[in-house]
Amino acid sequence: MKIKIKKLLLIIGLLPLIAIANEMKIGVTAPIDPNDQASLQRGARTFINNCLNCHSANYMRYNRLQDIGLNEKQIKDNLLFANDKVGDPMRAAMNPKDAKKWFGVAPPDLSVEVRARGADWVYAYMRGFYRDETTPSGWNNVVFDKVAMPHVLYELQGEQILNHKTHRLELAKPGKLSPSEYNTFVADLTNYMAFMAEPAKQQRKHIGIWVLLFLGVLLVLTIKLKKEYWKDIK
Amino acid sequence: MTENKSQATGGLMSWIDARFPLSSNIKNHLTEYYAPKNFNFWYFFGSLAMLVLVLQIITGIFLTMHYKPSAEEAFASVEYIMRDVFGGNIIRYMHSTGASMFFAVVYLHMFRGLIYGSYRNPRELIWLFGVAIFLVLMGEAFFGYLLPWGQMSYWGAQVIVNLFSAIPFIGPDLSEWLRGDYLISDATLNRFFAFHVIALPLVLLGLVMVHLIALHEVGSNNPDGIEIKAQKDKKTGIPLDGIPFHPYYTVKDLVGVVVFFIVFAAIIFFAPEMGGYFLEANNFIPANSLQTPAHIAPVWYFTPYYSILRAVPPVMNSQFPGVAAMGLSVLIFALLPWLDRSPVKSIRYRGTLYKKWLAAFVVSFLVLGYLGTVPSNVWGQFGAWCGGADRATVVARIFTVIYFSFFILMPWYTAKDKTKPVPERVTY
Repeated sequence: MKIKIKKLLLIIGLLPLIAIANEMKIGVTAPIDPNDQASLQRGARTFINNCLNCHSANYMRYNRLQDIGLNEKQIKDNLLFANDKVGDPMRAAMNPKDAKKWFGVAPPDLSVEVRARGADWVYAYMRGFYRDETTPSGWNNVVFDKVAMPHVLYELQGEQILNHKTHRLELAKPGKLSPSEYNTFVADLTNYMAFMAEPAKQQRKHIGIWVLLFLGVLLVLTIKLKKEYWKDIK
Repeated sequence: MTENKSQATGGLMSWIDARFPLSSNIKNHLTEYYAPKNFNFWYFFGSLAMLVLVLQIITGIFLTMHYKPSAEEAFASVEYIMRDVFGGNIIRYMHSTGASMFFAVVYLHMFRGLIYGSYRNPRELIWLFGVAIFLVLMGEAFFGYLLPWGQMSYWGAQVIVNLFSAIPFIGPDLSEWLRGDYLISDATLNRFFAFHVIALPLVLLGLVMVHLIALHEVGSNNPDGIEIKAQKDKKTGIPLDGIPFHPYYTVKDLVGVVVFFIVFAAIIFFAPEMGGYFLEANNFIPANSLQTPAHIAPVWYFTPYYSILRAVPPVMNSQFPGVAAMGLSVLIFALLPWLDRSPVKSIRYRGTLYKKWLAAFVVSFLVLGYLGTVPSNVWGQFGAWCGGADRATVVARIFTVIYFSFFILMPWYTAKDKTKPVPERVTY
């Protein structure tokens, strides 16, 4: 019986691995670190300055940025739009109705985008734009074919074209940032969006360690209690 | 003075007992309920299922305080719980993980019944109540899954409610009546909410109660599948192999509870999505009635039945045979007490024939479960000799046949099987 239980526990322990193996393959892993506050803060700035023009993050409040090491004054002075309060959610600057008119589709809310598509996808997407004259915006994307969104960051990345023979992207016109600088820039943004998708994630893991330690101690005690009672059962 | 005091402490119990059978209930169900002393690993899951039920009710109450059952606000209110409600993320993860863990422990509990013949005479009614609990639990999980109002919630509900429209004659009207609309909408969300938070939990609690009353009437089965009441102490009338449930099994179950909590906490705090099996990625996109997801997969605990649904080919353009097969695949468990003709109950004393069939059943349950999580073209297609059929569909069909054969052929192979002699007393 003992061996069977061990086997079963082993199987239960291995389940998450199967789960991880089953996740979608993007072909690139976003180089993000949820504990790197400088990267998260850079990403927050990028997100607010660029993405929030069209997209909203309605479930994310500005003052939650305190979780990545900013204080209220820093948030107010550097990141808020003129009329917003620090407890307000991140609304889009653009009216969704206008957006629908201009792009044919209202830009989706990005609060939980990373939970829906994964950080790797976002990282690949922001690096995957290329020139395509057949689309209305003149841009296309390798991970989201015929996407309505134009390449907002093209000044930084430059213009890529898709080599249809090798199926690889090539930089046709360099931007302000070098490719490696741009990758870091997008990684910071992805890092921030992953944080925004579940702000309490790091804290939850932190609590989890203490909960498991407590349960470990409790397990020893309950086993001893059980043995004490059961010693007279023959 | 002292006399009064002793009356007050000893007297409270007798005061209550004169008005409510408290101590007799404690005796009958705990301190003098004699359970076989040879319970093993598999006997943890009944009490764990009760624990999860209580956890789901408590976390559910707190979620209900903040959740808004409206198509406009539901998705946002879940994110509100995840971000702005104190401890809301933990409570929500406890509830979402609890749903999966409920099925995990119930499946293990049912498997225990299967291997030790717990459904056999005189426990047929316990088993039937249990099957009813399982059915209600499936409904509870299904209704609850719509509430976050994500894409998977929406389209999963759409698929399942549409199944009813495959029923001949009344189908289309029936599914419209269930939805309260022509498509899944605010009206559907509101009624599903009502079913999820009050209707089915009430039924569930009632069924769990009769499940336990029936159990305590006939007494627990055990890994040897023999009746401990057949060997009683001549003086006391207590079964020789029985021990009081309290304290022996309360302290033993406590160990099980802590082990369960360790697994539970590991998931909640470190992998609440379980790689998309407990919380699907698509469900973080708000429900959109105009955009069907490329691949609609139910949560893992429904996938074996979903596979059976997909495996059965339509007859005369009707999906009804598939729907009927899916319903039957769950309901057929209720027939087990009458399908099993073996002279012994426990797998310990059964022959190899039964063991082989049981193994085949477990394998088909797992394979069907896996196939239900992936698109049916996951393994590509067979060549023209097979009509270009999806490989996965053909495999699912084979395992669907094995799944049902386990039940349908049971009267034959259990009667034919060579059994071993059963001991008079339990092995401990």
